[in-house]
Amino acid sequence: MSDLAIDVSGLVKRFGDKIAVDGVDIQMPRGEVWGFLGPNGSGKTTTIRMICGLLRATEGAGTCLGYDVLNEPEKIRAHTGYMTQHFSFWKDLTIRENLEFTARLYQMPQLRERVDETLETLGLADRQNQLAGALSGGWKQRLALAAVTMHNPRLLLLDEPTAGVDPQARRDFWDEIHRLSTRGMTVLVSTHYMDEAERCDRIVYLANGKVVARGRIGEIIARSGLVAYRGEGEDVRRLAARLQGRPGVDHVAYFSAALNVSGENRQALENAIADIDGKDVEWREIQPTLEDVFIVLMMRAGADRRTHA
Amino acid sequence: MTVSATWARIGAIFIKELVQMRRDRLTFGMMFGIPVIQLILFGFAINTDPKDLPTAVHAEEHTPVTRTLLRALETSQYYDLVLESDDPRDSEHLLARGEVAFVVFIPAGFTERLVRGERPQLLIEADASDPAAASNAIARAEAIVNQALRHDLKGPLAGLAPRPGPVELIVHPRYNPEGITQYNIVPGLLGVVLTMTLVMITGMAMTKEAERGTLENLLALPARPVEVMIGKITPYIAVGAAQAIVVLVTARFLFGVPFHGALWILLIGIAIFVFANLAVGFTFSTIATTQMQAMQLTFFFFLPSLLLSGFMFPFRGMPTWAQTIGEVLPLTHFLRIVRGVMLKGAGLADLYGEFIAMGAFAAAAVAVAMARYRRTLD
Ligand SMILES: Nc1ncnc2c1ncn2[C@@H]1O[C@H](COP(=O)(O)OP(=O)(O)O)[C@@H](O)[C@H]1O
Ligand SMILES: [Mg+2]
Repeated sequence: MSDLAIDVSGLVKRFGDKIAVDGVDIQMPRGEVWGFLGPNGSGKTTTIRMICGLLRATEGAGTCLGYDVLNEPEKIRAHTGYMTQHFSFWKDLTIRENLEFTARLYQMPQLRERVDETLETLGLADRQNQLAGALSGGWKQRLALAAVTMHNPRLLLLDEPTAGVDPQARRDFWDEIHRLSTRGMTVLVSTHYMDEAERCDRIVYLANGKVVARGRIGEIIARSGLVAYRGEGEDVRRLAARLQGRPGVDHVAYFSAALNVSGENRQALENAIADIDGKDVEWREIQPTLEDVFIVLMMRAGADRRTHA
Repeated sequence: MTVSATWARIGAIFIKELVQMRRDRLTFGMMFGIPVIQLILFGFAINTDPKDLPTAVHAEEHTPVTRTLLRALETSQYYDLVLESDDPRDSEHLLARGEVAFVVFIPAGFTERLVRGERPQLLIEADASDPAAASNAIARAEAIVNQALRHDLKGPLAGLAPRPGPVELIVHPRYNPEGITQYNIVPGLLGVVLTMTLVMITGMAMTKEAERGTLENLLALPARPVEVMIGKITPYIAVGAAQAIVVLVTARFLFGVPFHGALWILLIGIAIFVFANLAVGFTFSTIATTQMQAMQLTFFFFLPSLLLSGFMFPFRGMPTWAQTIGEVLPLTHFLRIVRGVMLKGAGLADLYGEFIAMGAFAAAAVAVAMARYRRTLD
């Protein structure tokens, strides 16, 4: 058995004449946690669906857990936990009934005990008879994660699992992901949050259906060739508007009481900073952040092309 | 994958459907509300042999003979003599306005001409805009009149009495000699109720998952199409059985419909029929993307079933093309089975053609449903 959990190449998905995914290759070793990033409509969900056989690739081929993605979707599903982008458990079933239903479909032995255990770990034991639809966003995510991991899958595919969830719940969620990973699960998780990307072993960045960056975060930043400066001083926020759009300035952001600018061309960026000549502003070069890199990647790839939720 | 695994997954889906069905009060109410409403509406409201039709009398003379005639019309139960008019134009309007269904004209000198053997005319004008409503009363008119006169024309007038024709015609209206509409309608309702509710409910079964966004999850879980289909359909077999019991019990004890045949033959018929309808519903749910569309498809199927199966209108009265369509629909065959068993005491040998036709339809519907079931989100 190959030590790649996911091994697909040249995946293409067309909807009519629209290309949603355009030649994606992913070779993901077992046991790692990968982040799947990219703007809305870049093809993350579509790619994940093709990997677990929920959508048939228009072109391309590959395996998932050693099974053919085109011809053995049933085998893939038996060993995969897929958490959909939008909550897709049954809102008119109780929390317990949802877990029991899932457990029955996976034919788990000692069903009752396993469900009890899961409810206990989730901290939902005393609310098990509430309808799932009555849960808040954060709890829905936790229920969904519990349900898709109950059968101990080898691969977890999580599609924006933390969208709209508060920071504390997000942190708990990621602790759980890392716990699962140490138990040997391979995890591919799509997200928009940079702090979550930083919790991944590697990331794959998608734009317009194409992989535009991949690797460890440090490598991606280094490879981007981006230069960043940070300016501190009185009233720096006002300078933002003047810097925006100047030649050499790709991105301007104000945070942590400082102005952060980045660009691909060192000379042009330094000229731009010198030109606007803010009083008492102290500039120093810093390491570009992942966010800077993504913004540049996003600009290069063009705006959100999504037409379909 | 093993057989026991298949059963386990069917069981999982079956339990889920049961729980959801129980929580969905509206659908649940509909499953039993619709049969009851249809039973009341069709069972009590429809009568294809209307009696006591309002009749106006325009008599230009009043003699014992005319009185006998009018009394005979009244006692036939078809004519209800509600008013007398003196003006012929009045009578015309009464008919046009729909106030009466018939106007009986007795011309002056009727009795005298009758006695002289001159065959006087007795005119009955009928509102035949609805042929079914007036036809029985019209058909009986001559017999009623002749019958009445036979009593009156005695002694010296006996020669004028209507003579029997050269052939003695005997008609046996069998299976429903009194022509009670309910005997025909109520067993038929069993088929109508099952068609309507089962197709609609299963039609919504998959579209509900798609509309609520749970389809993606269902597809990602390890259940195969045939397992999902069986698991989802089975609870509704129970619903169909419950509906059948409701209708059959009502037919027996409320409407007093006779049951001449063997119950087990009917039960086989019901089983195949229920299965055929569930398969149609499931096919619809693979075509429709919303519950609304599933509902529309249901009516697209239900209306021809209602109109062309022989439930509403006599099957033999339809043109060939309509009969051909009717022969395809399972309701047509089910009606023949249910009416055959209950009213005629028909046996398996009399009905096997209907069973085969219905079974073939069911098999075709299952094949289409399975071919159309989406294993992916494409
Ligand atoms: N079922 C579909 N039919 C047509 N277009 C679709 C469908 N699903 C996705 N798309 C399109 O494919 C592109 C990629 O979508 P998606 O994979 O959902 O992106 P992401 O998950 O990165 O936001 C989008 O432009 C979207 O409009
Ligand atoms: Mg998405």
